[in-house]
Amino acid sequence: MITNKTQLNGDTHKSMNSYLAPLVQQIQPSGIRKFFDLAAGSKDIISLGVGEPDFKTPWHVREACVYSLEKGFTGYTSNAGMPELREGIAQYLHTRFAVEYNPANQIIATVGGSEAIDLALRALISPGDEILIPEPCYISYSPITAIGGGIPVGIETFGENHFKLTAADLEAKITPRSKILILCYPSNPTGAIMSREDWEPIAKVVEKHDLIVISDEIYAELTYGSNHVSFASLPGMIDRTILVSGFSKAFAMTGWRMGYACGHPDLISAMLKIHQYTVMCAPSMGQVAALEALTNGMEEKDRMADSYNQRRRLIVKGLRDAGLDCHEPQGAFYAFPSIQRTGLTSDQFAQRLLLEYKVAAVPGSVFGLGGEGYLRCSYATSVAQLNEAVERIGAFVTQLESERTQ
Amino acid sequence: MNAMNDLKRKVLELLKEDARSSTDLMATLLGADEADVKSVIEQMEKDHVIVKYATVVNWDKVDDERVTALIEVQITPERGRGFEGIAERIYLYPQVKSVYLMSGAYDLLVEVEGRNLREVANFVSEKLSPIDAVLSTKTNFTLKKYKQDGIIFEEHEEDNRLMISP
Repeated sequence: MITNKTQLNGDTHKSMNSYLAPLVQQIQPSGIRKFFDLAAGSKDIISLGVGEPDFKTPWHVREACVYSLEKGFTGYTSNAGMPELREGIAQYLHTRFAVEYNPANQIIATVGGSEAIDLALRALISPGDEILIPEPCYISYSPITAIGGGIPVGIETFGENHFKLTAADLEAKITPRSKILILCYPSNPTGAIMSREDWEPIAKVVEKHDLIVISDEIYAELTYGSNHVSFASLPGMIDRTILVSGFSKAFAMTGWRMGYACGHPDLISAMLKIHQYTVMCAPSMGQVAALEALTNGMEEKDRMADSYNQRRRLIVKGLRDAGLDCHEPQGAFYAFPSIQRTGLTSDQFAQRLLLEYKVAAVPGSVFGLGGEGYLRCSYATSVAQLNEAVERIGAFVTQLESERTQ
Repeated sequence: MNAMNDLKRKVLELLKEDARSSTDLMATLLGADEADVKSVIEQMEKDHVIVKYATVVNWDKVDDERVTALIEVQITPERGRGFEGIAERIYLYPQVKSVYLMSGAYDLLVEVEGRNLREVANFVSEKLSPIDAVLSTKTNFTLKKYKQDGIIFEEHEEDNRLMISP
């Protein structure tokens, strides 16, 4: 208890920390934060560290939102989101990925895909449940699991297997306490995707061990060479899967924080309870923008995806020319080259690359098991910057070679 | 054939973005053979699909006075040749930067460039208006150029994303 002002003003740091929930106290700041701080102090940096599109939200989407604001559309929407938006999402998922959801009770519009994942985990986790997470992966799954009282269990995936999840690796980590599997394909940070053939044995394991799947498909529109296969589209999986996605990556709408979750009515109804008592509804203006993006944004989306694809080819070639092994990313907008031959840890490599060569990239180690020895390089940046960045990386690798031979 | 057309279209898009792109870079971006890229460019130059490699200049930033006018011109078309002959008479003047045949209230839109207002005015009164077929002209001087060929002049498209983000 706070007994007097002196106590608060005195050793504030220590005393305030003692109020924090133990679960939150145990969470470490992300490794990305450290690099953000390091990069913030430097000038003339080329950043390959950015996990968002370099395009602005398409103009017609911005315009639709502005027009709706002018008309005074500024109130709450229904908790699950505007019916038109939910219908739009249902139609879109049906057309693009052959999954069927009833917009009346199987879809919630959320504040970004992040809220959707949080809702799913909070609706499902009982203390001590084990949550299976293929890694390297997006940095939030594990901390959110822990905050929700679950136990994150990493499943390492491997570069030589293009960072795909295998049924054997999954099954090896399953215990009687395993409850949820979190999937993120196309993958941030590796760019890996999963084909129908890759998914089928995973679905068998999921069924055999009665798991629930949270499938984060935020990068589904950004695949190169083959179409995204939604986990929910596999036979028998739709009721076991909470499909999470959003508008940030496909439509360059990161700041709008618009996402959604789809699943079995019972699960969605539970998630909706948490959603309505916490955020009430997703922002109405964001919902208008999201609907416009779904309705009229496919051409722009294709144009942006085409551009990422071009730059993907450029960076992969550039990194290989720079002397780094780089598997071919098939989705998202990240290359994930190996820096193992340099003898440095990914943290050392990224730090020196930033400080000595002014290129910011994220060390693979921050993405969990299997990430050490790799570097996440976002290619959502201009061709000129990518060219310059890979040249600098090449010079750095050459310098490291000469340091090693001296 | 379709693949070739696709390659042509993509090469054109890249060149529209940056006319100085090397064939090597374009080949990498498009996942194509450099020899194919070279050959479609040569073909398109030959076919006059690629007419010229030009530079978009913001002359306002150069210490060099220029005045541009867009002139709406009404003309009487010639029997048998329509607007072609008269358009040619007009576009051959070096002061004329572009000529378009338009639908609507007038026939030709003529872009004229001069060093000052008087030069443009003289061109209109001494060269353009006296042409027999020209019925009327309406001269609109350009006060400021905001956007040309899809390029916004004043906007600095700064990348204001965070340096590192998840």
